[in-house]
Amino acid sequence: MIMMTSRQWLATAAGVVILLSLPLFLPNFWLVNIFGRAMVYGVVALSLTFLAHYGGFVSLAQTMVAGVAGYAVAMMAPTAIPLGPLAMPYFAAIPLALLAATVAGAIVGMIAVNTREIYLLMITLALAVGLSLFAQSNITWFRGYEGIRNIIGPEVMGLPFRTPLVFYYVALGVAVSMFLLVLYVVRTPFGLVLQAIRDSDRRAAAIGYYVGLHRIASFALAGFIAGWGGVLITFYNIGITPSSIGLWATVAVLIMAVIGGLGHPLGAFIGALIYTVMDTFASSIIGHDRFNTLIGLVFLAIVLLSPDGVWGLGKRLSTALGKRPQVNADRETSL
Amino acid sequence: MGFAGRAEEENVSLQFILTVTLNGLTLASLYFIVASGFSLIFGLMRTVNMAHGSLYMVGAYVGFAVYDPLYASDVWASHAWLIGIAAGILAAALVGLFMQVALLGWMQGQELRQALVTIGLSIIIADQLLALFGGNPFRFFTPELLFGPTELPVIGRYPIFRLFQVVLAVAVGIGLWLLLNKTKLGIVVRAGVDDRQMLAACGVNVPLVAATVFALGAGLAGLGGVIGATAQPMALGVDARFLLMSLVVVIVGGMGSIGGTALGALLIGLAEQWGQVLFPTYSVILTFVIMATVLAVWPQGLLGRKPT
Repeated sequence: MIMMTSRQWLATAAGVVILLSLPLFLPNFWLVNIFGRAMVYGVVALSLTFLAHYGGFVSLAQTMVAGVAGYAVAMMAPTAIPLGPLAMPYFAAIPLALLAATVAGAIVGMIAVNTREIYLLMITLALAVGLSLFAQSNITWFRGYEGIRNIIGPEVMGLPFRTPLVFYYVALGVAVSMFLLVLYVVRTPFGLVLQAIRDSDRRAAAIGYYVGLHRIASFALAGFIAGWGGVLITFYNIGITPSSIGLWATVAVLIMAVIGGLGHPLGAFIGALIYTVMDTFASSIIGHDRFNTLIGLVFLAIVLLSPDGVWGLGKRLSTALGKRPQVNADRETSL
Repeated sequence: MGFAGRAEEENVSLQFILTVTLNGLTLASLYFIVASGFSLIFGLMRTVNMAHGSLYMVGAYVGFAVYDPLYASDVWASHAWLIGIAAGILAAALVGLFMQVALLGWMQGQELRQALVTIGLSIIIADQLLALFGGNPFRFFTPELLFGPTELPVIGRYPIFRLFQVVLAVAVGIGLWLLLNKTKLGIVVRAGVDDRQMLAACGVNVPLVAATVFALGAGLAGLGGVIGATAQPMALGVDARFLLMSLVVVIVGGMGSIGGTALGALLIGLAEQWGQVLFPTYSVILTFVIMATVLAVWPQGLLGRKPT
């Protein structure tokens, strides 16, 4: 059961209805390159927020895990250039890619199971950069620098995946499902134990819970969520290259999650939207070449001034003004 | 004839083994110089400096900006490299000093937040370096004294500069050991590692010590930058590589331990060179197998201390 008051359900429903009706008002560019993109990257950021907020792990391996799914679907895609030896229809390739991401998430969890905080941050970052370097140097499977191209995705109801409306609604469907999945899981016994472990792993262990297994399972679940993002990102980019899972891609997802706020799953999407809007329109402000300086400064400002991100900022503002949280008009909802 | 042929073959394979091992050793030396700075900063302040790779780049770029015009001039050409090194160290140390004093110092203890701040800084630094110096690869010319190959037994001709890297790494290691074990600053730093609050209560200006150590660690990254850019051409993207290597080396060796950093650098340097020889496109995997194995058996790293 997802525990929400009727008012919160109403807000969620309103948010979904607004998002569903966006195609009526917005041009395709906004649908695909702003909202669609923000939602698919937001799903990866969501997996990080889930781990960070409910498990206490700030893992930098989520982009890498998404990349595992992306590379897996690219290697198995029937349209891939160059075509791999494993080519199969998309309806088989996508579930296998999600499985690969789940397994990759579990492996990251196993490697990092005994570490916390900055140690975890370092180890997961090392794993992330490591896979990207491996993909760069391996030709047989990962096709080196070039990567794998022409991953156009399956046809949905006879329409190509890249049709703006199809992409937008699939991205929306996945984003909302994953968002609700997180809200659901954290209320299950598993999710509650996970939060207990976050607060005090010794006490949770003393009560009799197997701490390590819960941690690994949470990484596997985060891997599954990130895998959805990875598959859709690969379709969005029509392919995958090592740089799309490298250090800067990893940092970009971290930036999204932190800017939005690690304190709530919705923060991931807010952050992804802010990042995407800035990435798209920075060129008209300071020239696209210096986007990294701009986003770096914004990130720095958020970390220095409001560590719980825009979500936390909104919450504090609304408390100060004596109002309910009102963070983002078109995605208004709260737990 | 047959015997002679076989002896020669064995000679060749021995030569090959020694050459690859020596290559690993020289690479390990560079990793040690860079990672020891990372480890030093972490040891005292528990700050994971995610901008360490960026400081490496600052050292290389600023060092080159000073070196290049000097090298072109007649008078200074012979000293250009040394001045370049000094400039690289100084620039990285100043950036590090700024980071610690302006941003990291006042959030002491919030380790994750500090790591995030350094990530933000690394993005800005990398982008500003690109804006200021452009993205063209460059390389320092090896100074005349260290230029060219020399004859080594069995191995044969080997670049002098690579051997110099090993000597320099040993010198840095000994220097750090002396600094930490034989000087007043070293005593203060080691006390700070154990208990910062008590140290402050004893009347030591801890923020000043922290700033000094941060500048020193950053300076080592800058030194590594100039050395690295003399050994191999410098290009954008090396910040990621050297951040990664610093992380892996200190994770394997143990955080905050100079000996552990040396051991970790040795393992990773040798693994990288041997990995490239034995299974070329999978060599990165070997590094991570080592890291995962060490973490599974010694979560604190090979020579790291257990947290108290």
